[in-house]
Amino acid sequence: MKQHKENPMLDKNGIAKRIAQEVRDGWYVNLGIGIPTLVANFIPAGMEVEFQSENGILGMGPFPLEGDEDADLINAGKQTITAMPGAVYFDSATSFAMIRGRHVQLTVLGAMEVAQNGDIANWKIPGKMVKGMGGAMDLVASAENIIVAMMHTNRAGASKLLPSCSLPLTGVGCVKRVVTNLAVMDIKDGAFHLVERAPGVTVEDIAAATAGKLVIPENVPEMNIG
Amino acid sequence: MAISKTVEGPEAGCAGVQSGMTLMLGGFGLCGIPECSIAELVKLGAKDLTCISNNAGVDDFGLGLLLQKRQIRKMISSYVGENDEFERQMLSGELEVDLIPQGSLAERCRAGGAGIPAFFTPAGYGTEVAEGKEVREFDGKPHILESALTADFAFVKAWKGDSAGNLVFKATARNFNPMMAMAGKITVAEVEELVPLGALDPNEIHLPGIFVQRIFQGTEYEKRIEQRTVQTRETA
Repeated sequence: MKQHKENPMLDKNGIAKRIAQEVRDGWYVNLGIGIPTLVANFIPAGMEVEFQSENGILGMGPFPLEGDEDADLINAGKQTITAMPGAVYFDSATSFAMIRGRHVQLTVLGAMEVAQNGDIANWKIPGKMVKGMGGAMDLVASAENIIVAMMHTNRAGASKLLPSCSLPLTGVGCVKRVVTNLAVMDIKDGAFHLVERAPGVTVEDIAAATAGKLVIPENVPEMNIG
Repeated sequence: MAISKTVEGPEAGCAGVQSGMTLMLGGFGLCGIPECSIAELVKLGAKDLTCISNNAGVDDFGLGLLLQKRQIRKMISSYVGENDEFERQMLSGELEVDLIPQGSLAERCRAGGAGIPAFFTPAGYGTEVAEGKEVREFDGKPHILESALTADFAFVKAWKGDSAGNLVFKATARNFNPMMAMAGKITVAEVEELVPLGALDPNEIHLPGIFVQRIFQGTEYEKRIEQRTVQTRETA
């Protein structure tokens, strides 16, 4: 898989672009730190979507212009942000009531490992400094629609799509869809089901990079991400 | 007539904090942290503190200042990155750390202030967070039992407040401050602007003053930004 590491078929923006196609009019969406944050850049103009950040804002806007940053207005990644017209601020308990109470339609987050049964690990590597799970456990335990955005393999070239997670879990049986630099896959019935290929990537490439059980339908279309 | 909670400043605000106590401190990252109270706690020097706060500050600001002085024995947080001294103390075993999912942390504080001793949540089921906790199914889905949190003192920061302790927060600096205010036996609020009684519109108060025992006007807020992210004016 060396070629993909050096020349990934989709870069981080490509993954974000593909995930943006999953967003529907009228949805409230929580985007995690990293690739998920980029999804906001690819929402079609005119679509009615509000971004929630779990530190207490609905209606999050883009980064502020130089000089307009406000220490009191940040996202969950502690980055300075802006608020859109119609935005609202709230406390952390209310924020997680939105999440746990399933008022947020889509959660997009990164992962270190995803298992074929939908388990996700993204907060702790034994033997390394543990920084904490933040809001990830609450998000994955409750959201009905969880999409994981990540690279198909880790820096050592090993698959991140596994028969079962080796790292401590963040949540069990919760991931529904995974979008990587190589493919879109759905998780059901204890397997990864290949849905789409990234441009220029073959089914064989994907199979070689997937350690978990992979179900390959007869026709696997290429992603259309313009 | 409204009950007056106004005290002179951080010294009077922090009076009574002793070694071994449990403190709650509002804020998310460095946003909405009680800067003046933290500075005073460093001066007071109380040790063996248990601090409940979503994060642990950075090396030279926020709760990092208390860590530098080895005043904290145990941290209860959801995320503790961005702090080298924290890492050193944790790995050497000087500092005990209890990591809690962020939503559970918020709700445990809220429950503590609301007289609810425990609640079931799906967050953390099937993970190491669930170890030793009661599991029960509701609507076919497993949940774990989480207990309420309270504190000897809660230190919170608001934008505006009045002598009755009513508080208004600004933007995302609200975060954990309201729930922690509810859960403190003694809640100390510091505000950027202490306004005259009657100046706040009762319709627009975020936290009723009943949850606040002391309030003071803070000074010299640094309001440090942890991740300054901007668009240049040319590209925008």
